[in-house]
Amino acid sequence: MKDLTDRLGTLFSLGDITEKRDDLAFVSVAPDLLRAVITHLRDVEGFTHLVLLTAVDWIEGGQFQLTYLVHNRTRARDIGLRVFIDREEATMAGIHDLWPTAATYQRELKEMFGIDFPGSPRIDEEFILEGWTDIPPYRRDFDTKKYAEETYFHRPGRETFDPATHMKDKLYPGEAS
Amino acid sequence: MALFELDRSQYPEAKADGSLDIDLASGKYLKLWQGPQHPGITGNMSVELTVCGDEVVEGRTHVGYLHRGFEKLMERRTFIQCFPIVCRICVPEPDFNEYCYAAAVEELAGLEVPERAHWIRTLILEMGRINSYMMYLGGQAGSFGMGVIGQWATYVRDLMLDRFEEMTGARIYHMFILPGGVRDGLPEGFAVRMEETLREVERALKDINDVMYCNAVFKKRTVGVGVITPEMIEPYGVTGPNARAAGVAKDVRKDQPYLVYPELDFEPVTGSVSDIYTRADVRRRDVHVSIDLIRQILQKMPKDGPVMTRLPNVLNWKIPEGETYIRGECSRGEYGYYLVTDGSGYPRRVNVRGPSYTHAMALLEKLIVNANISDVAGLMVSLHTYPPEIER
Amino acid sequence: MEAFVKPGEKNRLKERPERPVKQELQPRVVKTPDGQEITVEPLKDYYCEAPPRVHPPAYAKIVEDLFNWARAESLWILGFGTGCGAIEMRPLMTPRFDAYRYGIQWRPTPRQANLFVISGYLSVKTLKRAIRSYEQMQNPKYVVGLGSCTINGGMYWDSYNTIKRLDRYLPVDLYITGCMPRPEALLAGFLELKKIIKAGKGEGANRYAENFDWYKANQKQVIHDWDMPDYSW
Repeated sequence: MKDLTDRLGTLFSLGDITEKRDDLAFVSVAPDLLRAVITHLRDVEGFTHLVLLTAVDWIEGGQFQLTYLVHNRTRARDIGLRVFIDREEATMAGIHDLWPTAATYQRELKEMFGIDFPGSPRIDEEFILEGWTDIPPYRRDFDTKKYAEETYFHRPGRETFDPATHMKDKLYPGEAS
Repeated sequence: MALFELDRSQYPEAKADGSLDIDLASGKYLKLWQGPQHPGITGNMSVELTVCGDEVVEGRTHVGYLHRGFEKLMERRTFIQCFPIVCRICVPEPDFNEYCYAAAVEELAGLEVPERAHWIRTLILEMGRINSYMMYLGGQAGSFGMGVIGQWATYVRDLMLDRFEEMTGARIYHMFILPGGVRDGLPEGFAVRMEETLREVERALKDINDVMYCNAVFKKRTVGVGVITPEMIEPYGVTGPNARAAGVAKDVRKDQPYLVYPELDFEPVTGSVSDIYTRADVRRRDVHVSIDLIRQILQKMPKDGPVMTRLPNVLNWKIPEGETYIRGECSRGEYGYYLVTDGSGYPRRVNVRGPSYTHAMALLEKLIVNANISDVAGLMVSLHTYPPEIER
Repeated sequence: MEAFVKPGEKNRLKERPERPVKQELQPRVVKTPDGQEITVEPLKDYYCEAPPRVHPPAYAKIVEDLFNWARAESLWILGFGTGCGAIEMRPLMTPRFDAYRYGIQWRPTPRQANLFVISGYLSVKTLKRAIRSYEQMQNPKYVVGLGSCTINGGMYWDSYNTIKRLDRYLPVDLYITGCMPRPEALLAGFLELKKIIKAGKGEGANRYAENFDWYKANQKQVIHDWDMPDYSW
């Protein structure tokens, strides 16, 4: 894995490099470099399989982390590209022309995180939700419990315990937390 | 007599951006919905077909009927509270979720799993694979009007569920593989009863082979239909039997061996042309591989030893910051969990990569064009999609 | 029946932007193969809109009892598995558990079914389809809620996309608990439902007709994309 990140480092200016396992590394890339890096990985380094494309909401830093995970089957290794974009104006260039299947991931990200990928096919179509009007549900500031309590009827009589105190009393009565 | 030639003069032209110019008011086209309920597919998914005559000119997959927001719910649950809900992501083969989640947590928390737990995990995953294939065989035969295969396959699956029940105490959701190991060892005499079940599976497979795979009607309707070319495999993210049927030996068990697969002796099953028939055939042969693997596991696994490592106090179980991706080969292809932690007691983000995600969306929409309406059901089932893992 | 929650009172009902009518639902002129031009208005033409009516019992108790006996002995289930509970329906159809010996069988279309088994959690998107399927079924019809998620949300009690109480949206005759219920539990539930029907208490369809406005208001509170008539059968 080191050889690959070294080679990439000579070609592109990379951010943090985390080597997770012998066959998995995560590399931070600037948003405008992503396309060049991922094309290079696909065409030169043999990372031809797009495993997943997803986002992580780092609300404290006001950023979304997009993770592009690509896989090289012949050498049995993966590399994840981390791209940090601004949370307020979340827009990113799509990679649906490199992998047609990326369009599905981008549609999901648009709906569940509100990250826009201009030009991606059917990006504005509803994917999973129907008639959703609240903020995108996978964002950290969306409170699913509060929403569920306000929107749906709940059957009275359901006791909900705070897991930490309840399990402490039941399972580890003597143990200090 | 001249060969029948399709009259495509009425077919829509492509517009500049590549989409089709479909004018519903012209009366040439009809919108037809296949789904959401569909007896062959395990779960609800619908395909919006635009047909011209009895040929499909455009198909669009609609999912979201089974969305529960798992990835959001898990952000609100502690690491151990996530464990009972992950298996509910995918009904017919729930154990894979348990394994991937447990392995991801173990890697980030730095837990060592006892050797025997690895063997039991592999055993459970292979048993789940047989179950999943049996569901598929019933659905695939049913979509071509062979109801009896479904009866046989479900019967065999029930026998396997009995083995699950005596091992884990539950039929469908086992909640057996948890971070740190597995809940328990094998019950006494399990290997003997397992062998009986495996013989029954083999007997049923022989019957199914005679009635379904050697059936001229089945062959005629499936050979050469819905072909996935080898060039489509990488762009469309095709994995598992769908890719192996095209001759690409893509099998995570061999490519990146996990659990105890390095110590087991098997070869990935491949085919020549990935049409409906070959895909079905690859899956049938894969059941035989799984049967063989279960026999090897029961023979080679250590007979005693711990199956569970000591977990930290799960109330204050904080996992250091990090991210990882765990993959495995489930019956449909590559299943994976992407887990991000931020040093608190809750996962920061969990992303489930189900193989159906790419198969049912981009790939199906591509394959369905120019298919006959009567083949659509068989084509949908032949990709072996489980909608709950698309939308979670 | 408790009064339904008025908009803005307890539930937040946000002002929703007007959604454009889908292309296939817009009125259009269609040319038939023989050259005629006809106007099609899908929202009006594809649905029968008459509201449901309460069906009074037969004129004599003994006749009604006979009817109820016949209804109880032929429960035909709509083959629409709404959630994970559907996976245990398959073993019920096979000889091992064999629900057919109780006169229970699965039908592919709502027109032929009189029992709707809501097999597990209902996401909002599926709820809309489930309501339409229920309304298309013939009277008398029964609803069985399967699994804890139909009773109080179960595992998904805090999920933003699944309903928590099925009986607020459809008239439920019987609940079967468990996550997931075993096939034996389903069989026991079906036998219990037979007793309910034979006792003349399986009046779900009439309850639905009587409290139609209440059910509709509840349904519309969660289904935001309501592009169909209020009652369609």
